[in-house]
Amino acid sequence: MDLSRLEINRRTALLTSAAIAANVINPMRAFAQETPRKGGVFNVHYGAEQRQLNPSIQASTGVYIIGGKIQENLVDLDASGQPVGVLAESWEATPDGKTVTFKLRKGITWHDGKPFTSEDVAFTAMNMWKKILNYGSTLQLFLTAVDTPDPQTAIFRYERPMPLNLLLRALPDLGYVSAKHLYESGDIRQNPTNLAPVGTGPFKFVKYERGQYIIADRNPDYWRPNAPYLDRIVWKVITDRAAAAAQMEAGELHYSPFSGLTISDMARLGKDKRFIVSTKGNEGNARTNTIEFNFRRKELADIRVRRAIAHAINVPFFIENFLGDFAKLGTGPIPSTSTDFYPGPNTPQYPYDKAKAIALLDEAGFKASGGNRFSLKLLPAPWGEDISLWSTFIQQSLGEVGIQVDIVRNDGGGFLKQVYDDHAFDLATGWHQYRNDPAVSTTVWYRSGQPKGAPWTNQWGWEDKTVDKTIDDAATEVDPAKRKALYADFVKEVNTELPVWMPIEQIFVTVITAKARNHSNTPRWGSASWHDLWLSA
Amino acid sequence: MRILSLAGRRLAASIPTLFLILIGVFLLLQLAPGDTVDALMAQMGGGDAATAEALRKFYGLDLSVPAQLGNYLWHLVRLDLGFSSIYGKPVATVILERLPPTILLMTASLSFAFFFGLVFGVIASRGVNRWPDTMISTLGLIFYATPSFWFGLMAIVVFSVYLQWLPPGGFEDIGNVQTGIWHVLDIAAHLVLPTLTLGLIFLAIYLRIMRASMLEVLNLDFVRTARAKGLDETHVITRHVLRNALLPMVTLIGLQAGTMLGGSVVVESVFSLPGLGRLAYESVVQRDLNTLLGIVFVSALLVISVNFVVDLLYARLDPRIAAEG
Repeated sequence: MDLSRLEINRRTALLTSAAIAANVINPMRAFAQETPRKGGVFNVHYGAEQRQLNPSIQASTGVYIIGGKIQENLVDLDASGQPVGVLAESWEATPDGKTVTFKLRKGITWHDGKPFTSEDVAFTAMNMWKKILNYGSTLQLFLTAVDTPDPQTAIFRYERPMPLNLLLRALPDLGYVSAKHLYESGDIRQNPTNLAPVGTGPFKFVKYERGQYIIADRNPDYWRPNAPYLDRIVWKVITDRAAAAAQMEAGELHYSPFSGLTISDMARLGKDKRFIVSTKGNEGNARTNTIEFNFRRKELADIRVRRAIAHAINVPFFIENFLGDFAKLGTGPIPSTSTDFYPGPNTPQYPYDKAKAIALLDEAGFKASGGNRFSLKLLPAPWGEDISLWSTFIQQSLGEVGIQVDIVRNDGGGFLKQVYDDHAFDLATGWHQYRNDPAVSTTVWYRSGQPKGAPWTNQWGWEDKTVDKTIDDAATEVDPAKRKALYADFVKEVNTELPVWMPIEQIFVTVITAKARNHSNTPRWGSASWHDLWLSA
Repeated sequence: MRILSLAGRRLAASIPTLFLILIGVFLLLQLAPGDTVDALMAQMGGGDAATAEALRKFYGLDLSVPAQLGNYLWHLVRLDLGFSSIYGKPVATVILERLPPTILLMTASLSFAFFFGLVFGVIASRGVNRWPDTMISTLGLIFYATPSFWFGLMAIVVFSVYLQWLPPGGFEDIGNVQTGIWHVLDIAAHLVLPTLTLGLIFLAIYLRIMRASMLEVLNLDFVRTARAKGLDETHVITRHVLRNALLPMVTLIGLQAGTMLGGSVVVESVFSLPGLGRLAYESVVQRDLNTLLGIVFVSALLVISVNFVVDLLYARLDPRIAAEG
């Protein structure tokens, strides 16, 4: 599924003389597609409406999918996953890591005609990234000032060393710039611009009809030459996944991002020539399925029980029979898509071994009386059908080794409150989102001292001084090689202690019309600006 | 005009009920774990504790529960429904925007169900236990037993994906916005499938009720008298039987106006219609208390006014009701 169907078609067409001969009859079909075509409307499935659209104050794919076409970031990731300048042309850091200087592109204007300058960057960084943006506020915690010696230079000053590779990998998501002149007065959260965003991007906001659609049109003054190709993007709000699949088939939608359809519909459309179904272009949005242990339960505080639970679950069987091609075996908190930090599979792993699981539980002193050793309450997150399937699988697997599991289902708000604030769980399962660098949203799952109530952080009642130290050292280590080594240690340590188990790796699935060109060409394409996207006739 | 004063008294009696319902919903939602900030965090994909605290203050959640409830009721007395946290707009505006699709859908499917329920019910009762009756009853049972989301999806697959006759969802064509009569027709085309989906289930109920009450009335003495007078069969049915058999149907409309609002959550989701049902669902998931209470308030008003109309209809159909008052 990873290979683009288009490429296969093109190669086959060129190599096979029969195909060429056949194409003589209809030459337009085979070759006209190579010249980018201007114009067209691109219809996008928008599954869950957000409260606002400005990516400078909210880091989530639901905002990027719209705001990321209208506003731009300082840097983005290129096809190979390396940082590439967007609003920033170049950057450099001082050796102590405390100063990072960005040179900005000249001649860029906001959609309302005002010039884009370093003042905008400084304002956004200090008032939005540092104060409001989720994950941004952690990343920029030690940012003290942004100096603007001239309109094209922004100098970020940090109290503690900021590793340049961390900053550059975080900024594609956490580095969207907003216009100072629109935000400098009043409460930023209440600013009406948040629902009618103004940016420097290839598409200009036109209209937002809540519950129905959002429209953005081509920006004729866009700074990249000849871009964008599309005339218009329409995001259609469709909350029912099955209905969205039907709309794809009816030709009313061109693209459903971030696994927006049901697993069975994605598999079905994957066999249809009109669509491309692939994980390509989502490598930057990797996630792992978790099992989170509550150490306040004495059974789970015993490392042998946690390991027994891991050994009792046949993960490859689950993946093969329930998730199919869209998932693979995970090896820890850093997924294999993270080329810069993946430590390889040679860290402590817990393959399926029922006998060993039973032996470990016996050894820990939890004997089966009447077939039942003890009972656990499992809280699955409501984000996706894979979590629901996975929680049932956990329940049945653990039942076989004498642990009775009761599943308690909640909606989103309820799940976060019960797990991360009330700690009213024994086991919890959901997604850990990996955001290109472990320091952005991964190490908080393990670092002790997280304030109660902060979602997706260490709320397990578990603390390990060694792990804390590794995490802290890596966060301020300026040398990329040393940082990578520290994160490899980190994975070894947490896979040994197992406060959270992350045995499945998943990448979001894209369903897109086969007519789209230049799609899925960066690791975070769903969030990218789509300046080069075009539709063949 | 005794009927009016009767209905007026009913209306006055429903105001305390309305307040009790609102307080009940408010307290029920307090029992649900998590507040609107937790829901927002879930949507954003995380954030630190300081952000959460700032947001709670922003949404006025740092007050105690009685204080929040008191605030809400005080605003409501002045007809202010408050501010929606997911929409960042006054709740009244949000609901007003969503009201037209819901009311359109509701009236269309209720009329559809009522009209065809009546016609099929009469046909079935005239041919009781013969083939028209068996066929209509079986069809009714199938409609009744089928979940509406499945009906909706199948309708989309058949009429939008394969036949491409009707749009698969949405309230209007976004691509080329029409004006005047074409705009009306465009909206109508978008509402055909949702109306049928929502209406079919109710149709099944109406036709069964109609059939049963026709059969009951047909056996009454006054029908025999009418026949004995030498009236022709059509006259007996339309003038004597139908009018009396309609009463249970009208009662049912009053009862189901409320159900229709709830039932449309599914239909609105499947057909991507921006109606009240979806708004209510979203407000629960997002713990947007003000919006949810606002919807309860407006729905209650709708149900009360529909029942008011039903009361008036009763009197029209059966003058005895007005006389006995």
